[in-house]
Amino acid sequence: MIKFTNVFKAFPKGGLALKDVSFHIAKGEFVFLTGHSGAGKSTVLKLVYAEEPVTSGEVRVSGFTLAEARRKDIPMLRRRLGIVFQDFRLLEDRTAEENVAFALEVTGARRASIPARVMRVLTQVGLAAKAHAYPRELSGGEQQRVAIARALVNEPTVLLADEPTGNLDERATRGVFQLLRDINASGTAVVMATHDLDLVRQAPYRVIELQEGALVYDSAVDEPRDQAASP
Amino acid sequence: MNLVIREALLAFRRAPLLSALSVTTIAFSLFVVGLFGLVAVNLQQALRDVAERVEIVAYLLPGAPIETITLAEKDIEAFPEVQAAAYVSEDEALQRARTELVEFRDVLQELERNPLPASIEVKLKPHFRDVEHVNEVAERLRGFGFVDDVRFGRDWVEKLDRLRQIAAAVGLVVGAAFAAVAIIIIGTTIRMAVLQRSREIAIMRLVGATNGFVRRPFLLQGALKGMLGGLAAVALSYGAYALINRWLIHAEFFSQEQAVAIVGFGMLIGFFGSAASVGRHLRRV
Ligand SMILES: Nc1ncnc2c1ncn2[C@@H]1O[C@H](COP(=O)(O)OP(=O)(O)OP(=O)(O)O)[C@@H](O)[C@H]1O
Ligand SMILES: [Mg+2]
Repeated sequence: MIKFTNVFKAFPKGGLALKDVSFHIAKGEFVFLTGHSGAGKSTVLKLVYAEEPVTSGEVRVSGFTLAEARRKDIPMLRRRLGIVFQDFRLLEDRTAEENVAFALEVTGARRASIPARVMRVLTQVGLAAKAHAYPRELSGGEQQRVAIARALVNEPTVLLADEPTGNLDERATRGVFQLLRDINASGTAVVMATHDLDLVRQAPYRVIELQEGALVYDSAVDEPRDQAASP
Repeated sequence: MNLVIREALLAFRRAPLLSALSVTTIAFSLFVVGLFGLVAVNLQQALRDVAERVEIVAYLLPGAPIETITLAEKDIEAFPEVQAAAYVSEDEALQRARTELVEFRDVLQELERNPLPASIEVKLKPHFRDVEHVNEVAERLRGFGFVDDVRFGRDWVEKLDRLRQIAAAVGLVVGAAFAAVAIIIIGTTIRMAVLQRSREIAIMRLVGATNGFVRRPFLLQGALKGMLGGLAAVALSYGAYALINRWLIHAEFFSQEQAVAIVGFGMLIGFFGSAASVGRHLRRV
């Protein structure tokens, strides 16, 4: 599903962001990506959705080998992924419903099918009642749910979430996290970058930890360890 | 396609101020080009009117037989440069002088003998009304045995030539400068529209829209704005024309083709300006 093999990533200005990172994430898995700020979590995700090119090594995502993927393959890759950010990235001048529909419209979905699909995901994230609200009329947690609905509406095989709870209070965090768990339970793989170790401890999911660009711990490979020791 | 049109139109509703600003900017840029065009069109027309008067007159020796002259007139009319050749007899020349030179009527009335020679007046086709061709034709006319002298106001034709050259050069340089400024201003306006929607573009790309898809509404929108701007520019030019015509001098407006060309030019700038702006934006992100 997602396979990193000896991946290095150097930014033109700046040092090595990833050093010899290898891991494999299977279909339907839930994986936490943890590490200090600047450890390279966002960079891993950016390589997965081809926002940044790989410097060396190989990244395979859902049948695409990214080094070989041409620019015009990138949209097709992204249609198999759902992506969620800390800052939601909703369009302020569109309602919740329109924000979600946007992802279908711009990827050429059949128009007639759009309203039903949008309502289904909005119901799934628990926001059917606020379909006509604009982002400014929604709480942070609700906005993130809209963003998640938008990520899900194309029925991705993997949901990438870069600190999805970073801007939320505890209650909203729990709600969004539970939503991600439900999504995972219905078969979608979830890769979630997070600082929130409480969250990591709560759930029995795989943890991949990065430190200054290197993979220092992978619970699928390494011995279990006392998580309190990690940052 | 449906969606492309809707997105392109929605931009006007979502960003009415910026859209209005773009259209206005395009309109005024093209208006300036249009005003200059009006000046050029009218200058050309004026020059053409003046050139109408380019005429070569071959004065004939007295006593040339009329049959020879009639034949020669046919020959001259067959010259590729010549539009018309007309024989003016001595009597006709005098007649004309009497009606045209009113001040000398008395003098002319009292003449015992007609001092005026017969002539052949030659008018050239519009394309040939310049020094070179006038000279050539005059030279050929001199070759006829019964021709005494050939006159055509050399200085005057030369000046006309120079005027034409200056008008063409100024037209080209100033026109190109105005058009370039219009293109730059319009390009900047469109760039603003693209930047204003950069967030939207980023999200479109994130969810897997192709570059072509991202580009299309902008292209359509750019062409649309260019067209509206072009129409407004033609309307403004017409207003200016009407004012000038009414209060200053009799002027000409653009032909229908020229008006369409201005609108088309606006559309092209809008289209290619958008293509360049979006293309540059997409390459960078
Ligand atoms: N576009 C860029 N150009 C140069 N350096 C970059 C770029 N993006 C990231 N980096 C560097 O790469 C390293 C890893 O960054 P990354 O954003 O992946 O960290 P992170 O683990 O997501 O951190 P945080 O938890 O703060 O989000 C950092 O040292 C950062 O400065
Ligand atoms: Mg990050």
